[in-house]
Amino acid sequence: MSAPGTMLIVGAGQAGAWAARTLRESGHAGRIVLCGAERHAPYERPPLSKGLITGVSSVADSEVLGLAEMEDRAIEFLPSLEAVKIDPASRVVLFGDGRQISYEKLLLATGGSPCRPRLPGLDSPRVHTLRTLDDALALRRAFAKAPRTVIIGGGWIGLETAATACSLGCSVSVIEASPRLCGRSLMSPVSEWLLERHEAAGVCVRLGHGVTALNDDADGIRVRLDDGSVIVADLVLVGVGMQPNDALAREAGLDCGQGVRVDAACRTSDPHIYAAGDVAVLAHPRAPQGLRLESWQNAQDQGVAAARAMLGQTVAYMPVPLLWSEQYEHMIQIAGFPNLAQHTVWRATPGGGRLYLGVDTSGVTVAAVGIDAGRDFRAARKSVEQNAQAPLAGYQSCDASAPAGSSANSELTA
Amino acid sequence: MVDTEIWKPVALVKDISPDTHTLRVMLEGEAVCLYDLDGRVCATQDKCPHGNASLAEGWVEDGTVECPLHQGVFEIATGKHQCPPVTSDLRCYEVRIEDGTVFLRSEAA
Repeated sequence: MSAPGTMLIVGAGQAGAWAARTLRESGHAGRIVLCGAERHAPYERPPLSKGLITGVSSVADSEVLGLAEMEDRAIEFLPSLEAVKIDPASRVVLFGDGRQISYEKLLLATGGSPCRPRLPGLDSPRVHTLRTLDDALALRRAFAKAPRTVIIGGGWIGLETAATACSLGCSVSVIEASPRLCGRSLMSPVSEWLLERHEAAGVCVRLGHGVTALNDDADGIRVRLDDGSVIVADLVLVGVGMQPNDALAREAGLDCGQGVRVDAACRTSDPHIYAAGDVAVLAHPRAPQGLRLESWQNAQDQGVAAARAMLGQTVAYMPVPLLWSEQYEHMIQIAGFPNLAQHTVWRATPGGGRLYLGVDTSGVTVAAVGIDAGRDFRAARKSVEQNAQAPLAGYQSCDASAPAGSSANSELTA
Repeated sequence: MVDTEIWKPVALVKDISPDTHTLRVMLEGEAVCLYDLDGRVCATQDKCPHGNASLAEGWVEDGTVECPLHQGVFEIATGKHQCPPVTSDLRCYEVRIEDGTVFLRSEAA
């Protein structure tokens, strides 16, 4: 039997925390239970690859919802607790310690786990992944010894950590299997800029190469690449993406596909179960397979949206993706759908920044990427949100096939 | 005449950028953001209470300012926070204008 008024949130990351806070702020008077597998109060992840490793940020700085606020708001916080089974028919969740909690509405904000490729030697103590606060604290200790570092994966986690490791005086290699950096989330001219920036910092970037084996020995860990070459390191970070923690949902019979499928009101296929954050796959007109956004912005905004929907409010959460990355002294901001871009144009911005626009075949701005572009990025983000025609004045084409200047521009307006 | 014991001159109105509608100034060691909202000058703390960002770099629209770092929004006239991630309000400063000069009420007074 369900418990009237109990809002149960499984997953105490950023999405779960914002949902809990929003439920109370929106006037929910009943129980709010927030349970998380980790021992920590909800925290945000961006500092994990940067300030938490260098020590510039503290654990307290990254807190999203502290114990005091949870007490104030009468949010029951249950850390270090795994949910093991959902019984959707009787609206009960069973937990690892044997307890059961009944709910009126359930939010799944279970996030994801680092992908672990099948690789001999992956269980070496020199191999790290980076997802949790405890992972970051382990890396902080390891990086204090300026280890020779190999990073497997040239995505955001890998590149931010590469920049952090460089700043700590480590020698760093990045191995990326695809032909360019951050290929899923950037237009290729921006990938090229990133490559140049990392190489200028002294990072050895090996694109188009896989790792075939890791071997610990007395001198370090030997990282063997698919061309037979070997890099000897003290530390290996595997950053090859995350997998959504959707097992609970799948076992409960919810509609899933690389995550828990939700609509614009964050509803799953069960009318009493919602999902938000890294685990949720949103049906989106611009992404036929669904959109699973692994970003700070989405964790926050979808958590807020889910809470409102759980209270019966009308919610239409249909975001334009927005994410950012800090590497070296640079702020990189991305809005929209870079994978829909057919052309890329760019211009310099005041203060030495760069603004790239991804343009589709009809001349619409589908993505904007700013590097230290500040206010100019803000304006470009708005035009992405409004599906505006790409402004052409002052932009140059990045595409090798199209010459920069007027001919490229006329092609865009066509 | 403005009593300069209480009111401190910090800028000229015309120094507030017509592009950004903002200007960062200092008042007794604290960074303050001035805003020109179609002729009405307002002042708030410059540092976003959420992250280490200057609101003078933010986006001013419909009487609000959006933080450039994480898109927290505040109502400029009252300092009230409008949306996540910000959960606290901005401190506002009293403003007087005389002969095109912006004066802020001194903290010490």
